Amino acid sequence: MDVLVCLKRVVLAGSTFVLTPDSRDIDTKHLGFGISPHEENAVEAGVQLVEQMGGSLTLLTLGPTDAEEQLRSQLAIGATRGILLETEGEDWDPQATAAALVEAIKAEETSFDLLIFGAESADSAGYQIHIRVAHALGRPIVTNVKSMKIENGIAHCERVVGTAREIYEVPLPAVITVRDGLNIPRYPSVPGRIQARKKPIDHKKPTPRVPRLEKVSLSVAPSNTAGALVLGSGPEAVPALVEVLKTIGILA
Amino acid sequence: MIMVLIDHDLGELDPLSLRAITAARKLTSDVQAVVIGEVGANVAGVVGEYGAPILHVAKHADLTDYTPAASGRALAQLVDRLKPEAVFAAGTPRGNEQLAHLATILDLPMAAECSVISLSKAAGAPHLVTRARWAANLLEEAYVHSDLLIATVLAFSVEAEALSGAGPARVETFQPILEPADLLVRVLSRGGDSSKGGVTLSDAKVIVSGGRGVGGPDGFAQLEELAELLGGAVGCSRVVTSAGWRPHAEQVGQTGTKVAPDLYIAAGISGAMQHIAGCKNSKTIVVINTDPEAPIMAYADYAIIGDLHKVIPALTSAIREMKG
Repeated sequence: MDVLVCLKRVVLAGSTFVLTPDSRDIDTKHLGFGISPHEENAVEAGVQLVEQMGGSLTLLTLGPTDAEEQLRSQLAIGATRGILLETEGEDWDPQATAAALVEAIKAEETSFDLLIFGAESADSAGYQIHIRVAHALGRPIVTNVKSMKIENGIAHCERVVGTAREIYEVPLPAVITVRDGLNIPRYPSVPGRIQARKKPIDHKKPTPRVPRLEKVSLSVAPSNTAGALVLGSGPEAVPALVEVLKTIGILA
Repeated sequence: MIMVLIDHDLGELDPLSLRAITAARKLTSDVQAVVIGEVGANVAGVVGEYGAPILHVAKHADLTDYTPAASGRALAQLVDRLKPEAVFAAGTPRGNEQLAHLATILDLPMAAECSVISLSKAAGAPHLVTRARWAANLLEEAYVHSDLLIATVLAFSVEAEALSGAGPARVETFQPILEPADLLVRVLSRGGDSSKGGVTLSDAKVIVSGGRGVGGPDGFAQLEELAELLGGAVGCSRVVTSAGWRPHAEQVGQTGTKVAPDLYIAAGISGAMQHIAGCKNSKTIVVINTDPEAPIMAYADYAIIGDLHKVIPALTSAIREMKG
């Protein structure tokens, strides 16, 4: 079983955002970087599949040279090797990103049985790269998978929509996107970290394209209200809250 | 003309689709709706009342349940025939997924989760959108370079408005030509309700949500009691599910469920960005927290500063007393 997981280096933002003076990006001077939350589940799923069935786990990312840091940290979880498609640092639009990923996947000798993406990136929320990659490779794609089992070349997938659970079965090779809750991502072990330093990472430079979804500027979204009205402290404030609940129609 | 994909689950309308119609009507009076699968035709009444006088129904023997790639294929064929200026859908997992298939098939860009949309003013000029990024904490202005704009409408960014005097939509069926590959990924069966019974998170009018401050799995008993009394559901933050205190199905946030109840009580939740993303559309947010500086305070309407283990039982007994 040869698995490929796609990752994205993202800034680990807190609860407030500071933008660069040109309003084009988040000011990352004082922030660390990681990968998107669902992607940790994607890597864990890949590691588990290779543990159970043998084979290899390749990590693929498009990003700045520094994204090697994210590849190394996930190699420490148990992946076999990494591929870094280097950019000059600017985000690429979804079509350009998907095209670069497809080109890199097609250039590999391994024909991957399963491609796994996180259901959505923490930052760009484009909801499309995985679908574009699946079409270009002629593979079926199931998104938002929360439970998965592979048997006899078939991926049995379950996804949750609202409160309903939907069951899908797709033949491999396939593409899936996974959500938090699929598994509990493990932490890297110390030997894992040491091995990760020696694992191979291929560096490639894909050709940029003119973006068709072109960022102009960013702004911080206004919060919904001017902030909370403090009703009081401790249980003494409960009567005031009861009055509020009457006013908004929750209590008769 | 703007074409709006109306999402439905076995004929049951996703009400967020009506907001996508309203978003389209702000740009043009010529809005037409589309549903995939014959069973979707029963939304014609409400779709018409919200301002789409024509409902195109994709009819095919294999379109009996959600089949996202086939949706994209059917939409592409309809776009080819009707030549709309734009195709919209609700910014939901299903809306984003089906339009992403459409955009891929047509090799066009797609802008997801747009809160503001301005159509191109001249041939060849780009469309301008404002779209949500970073779980709607940041807004991005972006150009979409394409004649046809494919976009999803950020959930809750616009209220659905009925068109006064409008009747049901006229149904026009069409038969898409589908390849076997379009039908590979489809819902084969339903696993049934994933909730534990009672009120589910996405339908609840009241949600009592707990975070790290609850202290452990046992602390949730007080929240359950209050939720039951208010006819609501219990929610929680990611910290809580990661610690295994509560099932993942109860997680509110970007990686859990996005909710919009009438009342959201956040107890012992500091308000990480990813949690706010899941609850900020609630009508009223009440915070119970020992920390007056907690980030969630900026998004809340009312707050009680104090220990939830004292405030919640006091609230529960006050409501019990009221109800007699």
